[in-house]
Amino acid sequence: MDGPAADGARLPPPRAGSRLCVRCGERKAALKRPKTLEQICRECFYIVFEDEIHQTIVENSLFKAGERVAIGASGGKDSTVLAYVLSELNRHHNYGLDLFLLSIDEGITGYRDDSLETVKRNEIQYGLPLKIVSYKDLYGWTMDDIVKAIGLKNNCTFCGVFRRQALDRGAALLKADKIVTGHNADDIAETVLLNILRGDIARLSRCTFITTGEDGPIPRCKPFKYTYEKEIVMYAYFKKLDYFSTECIYSPNAYRGFAREFIKDLERMRPRAILDIIKSGENFRISTTTRMPEQGTCERCGYISSQKLCKACVLLDGLNRGLPKLGIGRTKSGAGADSDGKQRTKRSERRNTSLQGKHGNFDF
Amino acid sequence: MHLTLEFGGGLELLLENSTKVHKVEITTSKDGQGKVTTPKEGQDKVTMKSLLSWVKDNLIKERPEMFVKGDSVRPGVLVLVNDCDWELCGGLDAELEEKDVVVFISTLHGG
Repeated sequence: MDGPAADGARLPPPRAGSRLCVRCGERKAALKRPKTLEQICRECFYIVFEDEIHQTIVENSLFKAGERVAIGASGGKDSTVLAYVLSELNRHHNYGLDLFLLSIDEGITGYRDDSLETVKRNEIQYGLPLKIVSYKDLYGWTMDDIVKAIGLKNNCTFCGVFRRQALDRGAALLKADKIVTGHNADDIAETVLLNILRGDIARLSRCTFITTGEDGPIPRCKPFKYTYEKEIVMYAYFKKLDYFSTECIYSPNAYRGFAREFIKDLERMRPRAILDIIKSGENFRISTTTRMPEQGTCERCGYISSQKLCKACVLLDGLNRGLPKLGIGRTKSGAGADSDGKQRTKRSERRNTSLQGKHGNFDF
Repeated sequence: MHLTLEFGGGLELLLENSTKVHKVEITTSKDGQGKVTTPKEGQDKVTMKSLLSWVKDNLIKERPEMFVKGDSVRPGVLVLVNDCDWELCGGLDAELEEKDVVVFISTLHGG
């Protein structure tokens, strides 16, 4: 455009982007932080990014020295960055954690088999041992088998319910003290909104907790609770971390998609919106007249459940009896605001008429 | 103008053969058929805005709504010009230069 002579004959002209890092004042800024709107360079970004996660871990006492911690690893961006950063922090700050990668193989050909290859590379790259637990081992069904049996309508319900338990069961099998997942600030803001949209008070009150299941055998925590997705992806890009990014072949998950897009639109106008939604979620007061489900255990498998049978057992029952619709779109296991049977029946009837089908596939 | 365009985070799936790196030549003269030209004669500049519409017309093979929204990228798609966040170099108005490297990364895929 300016002619070939310009090329190489001069230093790059001062472009709009050649501003200096506000932190070190020396290097060229490489990104604008959504959280603070600060312009910082790559090196300073690594420092503040890792340090904020360290602060989150320390301030919330997420770990104790000597704990065996399972990193839920899907091969995607969040869990890959989490595995990398946690192993770095564990080394630098002497957390004394015994970290390992835990992956769930749902049995989705062309999706999970590829992403598991990524996790296997991460095992070598980060020097973290990897354990893979499959739906086939745990439930006797792969997701491919389930889709064959039930079609593409409610399969995500199965996958979501099974995955949640699979991480717990896998972690128990491998004697973990804790599970960490890569849920980031954007994910949590999205979940707050979805729980409001669904009137799911029980989940609304716990979806912003940084640690859940402290009363259960293996607590779960989210060290990226305050970490923006943009920064996670920038970090992965600058550090050239190896991650897998393909949408699940079975999952359109339209409703969550709308919430996600809405959050991203808000972020573009006002990046703070994400942290503010989380804050709103944290500060909701649940009216004392709202009935909360009583947590018990599943009669069949012993997993936590507010019903007689946990959702996974109900779904499995349906699959094994050739009635795969059983348990779809009726009760929200563990989340229904009702705890007595009568009310439950009424509700499920109501759901059957108005909501079934349309809302079956976003259980999380 | 010669540019290197990189697509990641799943955006490559919208392109032919899911190729991640594309070395492209964008003509800035008026005769380029099917190629986006600069708005007016004498303004030999390619901005991010004109690049986006060029990419949409020339590279994206399916689901363009995953890449663009309105005249910008879809929120959640990160853009870097020479490894610098485009929010720091003017966004849509950023002017590109010969041999610039523009990277697009979707953050919208699961993690």
